Amino acid sequence: MALQLPPKKKRPFAKRARNWLIALAVIAIYIWTFTGIEIDFAKAGERMANNFHRVIPRLFDPNWETFSQVMDKMMETLFIAFIGSLSAAVLAVPLGFLSARNMTRNRVLTVAGKWILSAIRAFPDLILAILFVVAVGAKPFAGVLAIAVGSIGMLGKLYSEVLESIDMKVVEAMEANGANKIQILFHGILPQIIPEFLSYAIYRFEIDVRASSVLGYVGAGGIGTLIYFASANRNWNDMGMILFVIILVVTVIDLLSGYIRKRIV
Amino acid sequence: MVKKQDQPVSGQVYAPPVYPMKTKTRITVLFVVMVGLLIYSSQRTEVTFSSLATGIPNMVQVFVKFFPPDFDIMDAVIKRLAETIQMAVIATTFAALLCVPLSLLAARNIMPNRWVYFTVRTFLNILRTIPDIVLAVIFVGLFGIGALSGILALIIFSLGILAKLISETIEAVDMKPIEAMRASGANSLQTICFGLVPQVLPQFFSFVLYVLEINIRASVVLGLVGAGGIGLLLDQQIKFYNYPQAMAIIIVIFAAVVIIEFISTKIREAIV
Repeated sequence: MALQLPPKKKRPFAKRARNWLIALAVIAIYIWTFTGIEIDFAKAGERMANNFHRVIPRLFDPNWETFSQVMDKMMETLFIAFIGSLSAAVLAVPLGFLSARNMTRNRVLTVAGKWILSAIRAFPDLILAILFVVAVGAKPFAGVLAIAVGSIGMLGKLYSEVLESIDMKVVEAMEANGANKIQILFHGILPQIIPEFLSYAIYRFEIDVRASSVLGYVGAGGIGTLIYFASANRNWNDMGMILFVIILVVTVIDLLSGYIRKRIV
Repeated sequence: MVKKQDQPVSGQVYAPPVYPMKTKTRITVLFVVMVGLLIYSSQRTEVTFSSLATGIPNMVQVFVKFFPPDFDIMDAVIKRLAETIQMAVIATTFAALLCVPLSLLAARNIMPNRWVYFTVRTFLNILRTIPDIVLAVIFVGLFGIGALSGILALIIFSLGILAKLISETIEAVDMKPIEAMRASGANSLQTICFGLVPQVLPQFFSFVLYVLEINIRASVVLGLVGAGGIGLLLDQQIKFYNYPQAMAIIIVIFAAVVIIEFISTKIREAIV
């Protein structure tokens, strides 16, 4: 007797039609993409053949004389990220409370809070940095502002999600016992949220270190400034050094923050 | 045994402390350290309350110059935006294809060889630490100004993120069907195709869409170094002090990011 698979279940027409529509849309996007993009492969290939030996070997031969200078700028990047994410971690708390449905009873306010947070998140960090450089001048302060504002969006959203997932029974019991708002906040809500808030803040610091190493390119301080000079001068040995320091410091920060976050949650 | 201090004293109500002493000291130390670091780093970066106080009125003054946005350059903006999206689509596609073997190699439950696993993992971790702008600068140095450099930078950049997310998904799958298949004599390819792929596929598409979002955002960065996309236009307008035009570009980027994020969130909700 031949082995046979059971007959396949028939899919409803609506579902099949939907899948066909999605497939068509995806194909249309790809046709638009590949016919629309302009790439001159011949020219790029020629350049690549000319430049390869000038770029790649030098990247792997970093200029060690600049190590201390690069490291100094990298520390500045870390400080920018630190102030930025710390102030965001504090400023995002009220916004988180505002947009958490179980903390703010008024639905209009929670929706408004969520909209503000997603609007902030939609701005790429670099655009914020460009704006703040125009506003306060090309110094680390612009970078701090860009990082702080950019982080509020994500932290506020994560905070509000943490708040919405807390155990409300504790709060209700305290309310029933006649505790006032401040007592409920300090003894009912805070103990439940502090570890997760901290963990998210540290995680955001990790992201901010990466983000702020780029910001200097538009003048907002930190190691990005050196990236700008190295690329403008086509100094690939310096670029190799910068790359090495970024990889080293970011890896260390990632490991540390991963370790700390594992401990506190 | 009940400790002495926990016993209620007659006549007064005893409330035990909510936070134990150990936590309190720990939090105090942490707080002092944080404040110390904050003061030190604010000195290093010259960020003070006075600079904030003088900065804010200045900021308001500058921001007023950005309004009203001037949409006359819309044609150029739309063309560049299209290029940005096309770059992101191509880069995400290639990254999605390339990340399949890499994420299989970086999943502990699929890759039995410890050394390969650790090598690939370390490689991916290093890849993810390289900022997108550095990748773009290097590829512009290699291939010259143009969309190709941007696409290559985006591929490498998103490969690191995608491979990590997907290898973690693979590590979290239910191993029972896979073990059953192995026990009944399926080879590695068969176990992966019929045991692993069906479990991972929805997550895979969800992450690919997420990376597409990231790539569209990142292409703002790429334009600054001449790797194609809308960032170039924005940089030019800012450098020429055409603030109303720059504001128009920012609004377009903002709208594009919001719309694409909305669509991709809807799709992700539908497939996961």
